[in-house]
Amino acid sequence: MSQATAAPVTTGPDGMETVESFRLRARAWLAENMPRLPEATDDVAPEGDDDAAWVRARELQRTLWDGGFAGICYPKQYGGLGLSEAHQHAFTEESLPYEMPLLLNVPTLSICAPVILDMGTEEQKLEHLPKVLRGDEVLVQFLSEPSGGSDLAGLITRADRDGDVFRINGAKTWSTSAYAADFGLCLTRTDATVPKHRGLTMFLIPTKAPGITMRRITQVNGSTEFCEEFFDDLVVPASSVVGEVNGGWTVGSRQLFHERTAVGGGSPYVSGQGARSAGTAKLDLAELARETGQGDDPRVKELVGEAYAQEKVQEALIGRIVSAVEKGQFPGPSASIIRLFHAETDQQHVDYEVAIAGSAAVTGPAGQRSAGYAGQHYLMRQGASLGGGSTEMARNIISERILGMPREHAADRDVPFNEVKRGR
Amino acid sequence: MDLDLSPDQKLFVEATRDFIDKTMPLTAVRELAKRDQGFERSWWDRGAELGWAALLIPEESGGGSVSGEGLLDLAVLAEELGRTVAPAPLLATNTVIAGLLAATDGPDHSAELEQLAAGELIGTWAVYEPGSGFTPLSPGLTANRKGETYVLDGVKDRVEVADQADLLLVTATTDEGPTQFLVPAATDGVTVTPTWSLDLVRRFGEVRFDGVEVGVDAVVGRPGAAADAVERQLQVAVVLQTAETVGAIFRVFEFTVQWAFDRYTFGRPLASYQALKHRFADMKTWAEGSAAISLAAARAVQAGSPEAATLVSSAKSYVGAKAPQIVQDCVQMHGGIGVTWEHDLHLYLRRVTVNRAMYGTPEEHRRRIADLISAEKEIA
Ligand SMILES: Cc1cc2nc3c(=O)[nH]c(=O)nc-3n(C[C@H](O)[C@H](O)[C@H](O)COP(=O)(O)OP(=O)(O)OC[C@H]3O[C@@H](n4cnc5c(N)ncnc54)[C@H](O)[C@@H]3O)c2cc1C
Repeated sequence: MSQATAAPVTTGPDGMETVESFRLRARAWLAENMPRLPEATDDVAPEGDDDAAWVRARELQRTLWDGGFAGICYPKQYGGLGLSEAHQHAFTEESLPYEMPLLLNVPTLSICAPVILDMGTEEQKLEHLPKVLRGDEVLVQFLSEPSGGSDLAGLITRADRDGDVFRINGAKTWSTSAYAADFGLCLTRTDATVPKHRGLTMFLIPTKAPGITMRRITQVNGSTEFCEEFFDDLVVPASSVVGEVNGGWTVGSRQLFHERTAVGGGSPYVSGQGARSAGTAKLDLAELARETGQGDDPRVKELVGEAYAQEKVQEALIGRIVSAVEKGQFPGPSASIIRLFHAETDQQHVDYEVAIAGSAAVTGPAGQRSAGYAGQHYLMRQGASLGGGSTEMARNIISERILGMPREHAADRDVPFNEVKRGR
Repeated sequence: MDLDLSPDQKLFVEATRDFIDKTMPLTAVRELAKRDQGFERSWWDRGAELGWAALLIPEESGGGSVSGEGLLDLAVLAEELGRTVAPAPLLATNTVIAGLLAATDGPDHSAELEQLAAGELIGTWAVYEPGSGFTPLSPGLTANRKGETYVLDGVKDRVEVADQADLLLVTATTDEGPTQFLVPAATDGVTVTPTWSLDLVRRFGEVRFDGVEVGVDAVVGRPGAAADAVERQLQVAVVLQTAETVGAIFRVFEFTVQWAFDRYTFGRPLASYQALKHRFADMKTWAEGSAAISLAAARAVQAGSPEAATLVSSAKSYVGAKAPQIVQDCVQMHGGIGVTWEHDLHLYLRRVTVNRAMYGTPEEHRRRIADLISAEKEIA
C-alpha cells in the first residue's frame, strides 16, 4: 500500500485537513490501490449469498484501513480519521469508479458500529470499532422476531441473569447477512413484570457460539442472505450488555435512528456508495429503453425523465434533512422522511423498470442482460418499504413526532409486559 | 424554504412578509379577482422600490441583491409571494431581465434594463404559440430582415401579464436561426387580447404581430444565437415558478394541519386518525422533497453549474406534479368546505395548477431530461 506517491496534506485553520486536500489525496490513493469496478456481468445471482464476496469485502476494507482511508467520520481513538461529513462525501464521490466493500455498509458500518460508538462502554468501543474498520469484524442486527418487527419493544426473546452471566432464550429473524457476521446487536427482555419499554436490554453477542442455531431463509428472488437464529441457553458475560440493563430501549431507539438514516441514504459512516452487487443495482432506465427499442418513444422518455428527477429530489432531500437534523433545525425523527422517500423512489424505479422492460421482464433467452433483472427486482419491490422499519411506521413517526399529531392507541401502554395480549 | 438563510435574507423575508400582509392579504387578492387587471401598477411600483426587479441586476447597472446571489434572493421572494398567491409580474419581468443579462453581445439594452429594474416598465416573455407546447427554440413567428429593420409576423399566446406588459421579449425565427427581440407592446401592429385564466389574478393574453417593424437594435444578443439566453430564461422562470409553488404548498399544508387538529368527528380530532395521519406524513415528505429540489435547482442556476439544466427540469417534474396533488389532498382533508368558493383553498389550487402547466409541463420537462441525459452520454 504505497503512501509514497500520496499528494501532500493541507490543513485548515482548525487543524483539520481541508476537504480539497483530502479529496486529492483520496483520488491519487484510490487510483493506485483500489480495483476498478468490473463491467456488469451476465449472471443474475442474488446479492450477498456468496461467501467469496464477503471475503472480498473484508479484504477491500482492510486495504482502506492500511491506506489510511477507513472510518472517515469515526473518532481517531477508535481507529477512524475523525474527519467531517464533507470529507466523507468527497471520498464517496471519488470512490464511485472503484470496487468498494459495499457489503459492509449496512448494517455494520452505518448502523451497528455507530450504536456501539454512541452507547457502548469504552472497552466495547476499543475492542470492536478498530476491528470493524479493519474489516476483521462484521456486525448484524438481531431485532425482529418471528412474532413481530414493527412492535419492536414487544419482543419476547429473554435474557435471564445467572450470576456473572446472562442466559438468552428465544428467536430472531430477517437478520440480513447474519451468516457472514461475527457479532450481533441483540435486543432482549430482561424484565417482563414492567411495561414493555422498561424491561429491555441490548447485548452484543457472538454469532457463532454454542447455544445459537442459525438457518438461512430463502427470499422470493432466490437470495438466501436472510437468516433466523434460535437461542437455547446462549451464555454471554454481563460485559456484553450495551447501555444499561433494562435500558435497552434507549439503545434500540438510537439503533433505529441510525437505521432510518442509513436506509434513507444519509449515513456519514459508509465506505463508498451504490448497490451491493449487479443483481440489486437499479437498472439504467435510459439504457433499458434503448435496449428494448423504445429510446425515442415519448411516453417512455417521460418515465426515464421522471425517475431521474425523483433521484435528484432524493439527493437534495437527504442533504436538506441530514443537515437540518445535525444543526437542530429539525427534530431527530425527521430521518423518517428520508426513509419514506427512499421507499417511494425505489418503488417507482422498480415499477418503471417493469413498465419499460415489458415482456422482457418475465421471459427471455438465457444469459440476457439488464431487462431480465427487472422481473427479479419486482418480486422484491416491497423490500425497501419493509426493511429498516416499515413505511407505515415511518408515517406514524412523521405524523406523531414531527407534526405532533396524537399517538396511536396502544393497548399495551403502561401494562406490565406479562399481562399484554399477544397474537398467535 | 431555505433553512440556512443569511441574516440579511431573513430581514428581507420579514420585510416582504410585512409588506404583503399589509398590502396583499388574500382578501385583497379576492378583490383584484373582480377587476379587469390582475394587479395595480402602483402596487408593483412599491414592490420595485423594495428591489423586486433589481435583484438579478449587478449593482453597477442599477441593481443589487441581498446576499450577493440575486437569483436565490429572488427565489426567497417568489416563495413569499406564493404563500399568499399574490399577483405581481415577478417571474415575467425577471425572466426578461435574465434574458437581457444573458445576451450582452448584441445591441445595448441597458436603458430598458434600468427601467425594468425601477418598475417603470414591466416585461414578459412571449414564447408560447397557439397549438403547440413549450418549444421555445422552434418558433413559428418569423422576423424578416428588411434593411435596418426586421418585420415580425405571427402569434404568441399564453403570454403572462400580456395586458400590462410594456416590453415583450419575443422569440422568433429568422434566416439566421432563433433570434430574440425586445419589442415595446405599443409598437404598431402589436395587438394584445386578454384570454381567460384559471388563476384569478395571474392573467394571460394573446399577442398578434402583424407586420411589426422593429429596428435591428431591438435584437437581443446576436441574430440566430438565441439558444443560450432562451435556456437561461427557461431556467430562471422555472426556478421562480417552483419556488412560488413551494411557498404555496407550505402555506396550504400549515393551515390544513391546523384544521386537522381543530376539526372533530366521533369525539376526536381528524389528526388522531391513522388513515389521515399517514396522508399528512406523505404530504410532509413530498413538501420537503419539493423544497429541497427547488432550492437545489436555484443554487445550480445561481452557480451556473453544468447540472443546472437537468436540476431545473427535475424540479419542474417533481414540484409541478406533486404540488397539485398535495393541494387536492388538502381539499379532501377539509371535507365539503374545501370545494367552496368561500374557502381559500381554491386560490392555491388555481395557482399551483397554472404553475404546473406553464413554462413546460412536468411531462415536457421529463422528455427534456431524457434528451439531456442521452446527449450527455453521447458526449462521454
Ligand atoms: C430487506 C429486509 C431486511 C431486513 N433486515 C433486518 C435485519 O437485519 N435485522 C432485523 O432485526 N430485521 C430485519 N428486517 C425485518 C424488518 O425490520 C421487519 O420486517 C419490519 O420491521 C416489519 O416487521 P414484520 O415483518 O414483523 O411485520 P409486522 O410488524 O407484523 O407488520 C405487518 C404489516 O403491518 C403494518 N403495521 C404493523 N403495525 C402497524 C401499526 N401500528 N400501524 C400501521 N401499520 C402497522 C406493517 O407496516 C406491515 O405492513 C428486514 C426486513 C427486510 C424486508
